[in-house]
Amino acid sequence: MTKKQKKMLLRILVAAALLVVLHFVAADGWLRFALYMVPYLVIGYDILIKAGKGIKNRQIFDESFLMAIATVGAIALALYEKSGDYTEAIAVMLFYQIGELFQSYAVGKSRRNISELMDIRPDYANVERDGKLEKIDPDEVAVGTVIVAQPGEKVPIDGVVVEGESSLNTAALTGESLPRDVKPDDEIISGCINMTGVLKIRTTKEFGESTVSKILDLVENASSKKSKSENFISKFARVYTPAVCAAALALAFLPPLVSMLALGLDAQWDQWIYRALTFLVISCPCALVISIPLSFFAGIGGASRAGVLVKGSNYLETLSQTKIVMFDKTGTLTQGVFAVNGIHHNEMENAKLIEYAALVESSSSHPISKSLRQAYGKEIDRSRVTDVQEISGNGIIAKVDGIEVAAGNNKLMERLGIRYINCHSVGTIIHMAIDGKYAGHIVISDTIKPHAQEAIAALKAAGVDKTVMLTGDIRKAADQAAAALGIDEVFSELLPAGKVEKVEEAMQHKPKKAKLAFVGDGINDAPVLRRADIGIAMGAMGSDAAIEAADVVLMDDDPLSVSKAIRISRKCLRIVYENIIFAIGIKFICLLLGALGMANMWLAIFADVGVMILAVLNAIRALFVKKL
Amino acid sequence: MKKSYKIEVDCANCANKMEEAARRTKGVKDAVVNFMTLKMNVEFEEGQDAKTVMQQVRQNCKKIEDDCEIYI
Repeated sequence: MTKKQKKMLLRILVAAALLVVLHFVAADGWLRFALYMVPYLVIGYDILIKAGKGIKNRQIFDESFLMAIATVGAIALALYEKSGDYTEAIAVMLFYQIGELFQSYAVGKSRRNISELMDIRPDYANVERDGKLEKIDPDEVAVGTVIVAQPGEKVPIDGVVVEGESSLNTAALTGESLPRDVKPDDEIISGCINMTGVLKIRTTKEFGESTVSKILDLVENASSKKSKSENFISKFARVYTPAVCAAALALAFLPPLVSMLALGLDAQWDQWIYRALTFLVISCPCALVISIPLSFFAGIGGASRAGVLVKGSNYLETLSQTKIVMFDKTGTLTQGVFAVNGIHHNEMENAKLIEYAALVESSSSHPISKSLRQAYGKEIDRSRVTDVQEISGNGIIAKVDGIEVAAGNNKLMERLGIRYINCHSVGTIIHMAIDGKYAGHIVISDTIKPHAQEAIAALKAAGVDKTVMLTGDIRKAADQAAAALGIDEVFSELLPAGKVEKVEEAMQHKPKKAKLAFVGDGINDAPVLRRADIGIAMGAMGSDAAIEAADVVLMDDDPLSVSKAIRISRKCLRIVYENIIFAIGIKFICLLLGALGMANMWLAIFADVGVMILAVLNAIRALFVKKL
Repeated sequence: MKKSYKIEVDCANCANKMEEAARRTKGVKDAVVNFMTLKMNVEFEEGQDAKTVMQQVRQNCKKIEDDCEIYI
């Protein structure tokens, strides 16, 4: 608690104690009034002062001013009726202050908690100077400096490992709990926590350009873009208070005047004025105004904890209305790297065939040979390979351990006069001939990401109506991938401009309320990411273009995160609507009961403070997104 | 030109009122107050001096909410 809050707590306790004591003191008339004024002033002096200032600045809809009128009015009524019931006015002030205290405490606490959640800011960087480690401000580290990250420390700046091996905890960035292993020459992103070994890292960026700074910047500015719900609430608040005040005024004067002049009855001024004062107690829109931004703030905070960075409350809102999701294929649903995906018609063992293929291709720098070497996985002994003959556009012929091996496309096989078997799979086919005999073929293609199929199913379960895949790839490959994934519609062989066209077309034909999201890996998808209602960039760690162009940034490249992001946004928006309906509903019920004389000030203030507390607690629920 | 200022304010409604007051100030193109992060992002009109405009913004905010503070 801050000093201000502690002081307020003390005032609340003193006033409450005094109120209890006074209950047992038998005093009458002016003595009673004077005695009761003590707790009233203890609890409400600052409100009265603020009300005075409000009058000076012509701020008549200031909540302090309204509170002051309501309580002073109630005391005046008690004096007029000689009932001596001052407790009510004091209690209203007391509960109002309790509500304010709770609000400032809860908001302060969640502000700190959420900021801590997002606190990935490294405080220092270790630099070796004269054999000793020195902690310096990351801002002062120049590009190319070697920094040292010890176990348990945050990596402060993006760079490349020059020495040491370790596991990294990337949970703060990606929400992914599995540690990532790094070794020399691996790229490393700032914000990860080094877990096991000492790492020496050569920085490749300045601190301000590093991933961690970019993310912090993005998250800190996120809730400044206001959502429609927030704008609705601030507009509502602007109208609500004056409207309730006008109603209070009408309630105080119209019914008594009507009953006195038109009906010839007793005016019952005191009763109607009391009801009007009750109105003023309910006129503060606080519960609403605080709970909506708090919900969004908590939602954005919780999402960033799960590796989903949302650039603004408005995007969280749009995301929750997503009905159509369009995907880029390569790099988004598929790995985007070519890997050995099948070995067919071979007589020898798979591993043996791969070994021959990798050896023959060992001198080539073609991406295909890289995938072959990767599939082989072992160190290549080049001394086993002799007489390498590269036939451009066909393949390679070489001697491995003295045996002639040919690896290439069907043209190579035809050239060598070897009968080969055609492949039905999509991808690059490498036919192998060993010692002049056909030995089968290897299929190299882009592989679908492990969770891609699950991700599409999860989107459907989350209420997305249609999934579409857009790709520049050839039709056969695209159709095959879409069928395997369960995607509804495919557009293949598209140029980047074609993707924009398809998105625009879909945006025109969709119902107005359904939003369209585009998911891409951000490198060449920037125009489409901008054009869609919501652009979601994936695997964005390190890719500036993606962070720039997208509205939602997924830190890891798991497509499952898309449905997770949608579920998080739905939960947050559900809480927002719950709070709006709940708070406005209770207010209107209280106003109605107050006007009919069925609610007194006690009920009014209880409803007011109670709604606020419940709404704030409900808002904080948006933070918890782990189980979604 | 856009600038971000740290603010101090107790209630969310007051933050909204500050936003209104800042927007109405001459020389301010747009202003957004973020109650949760306690920040005010102000976009100034062309050729305006941020410092002088902000003095005015601060004064206007003080008028509607005595308890607020803007750290210029």
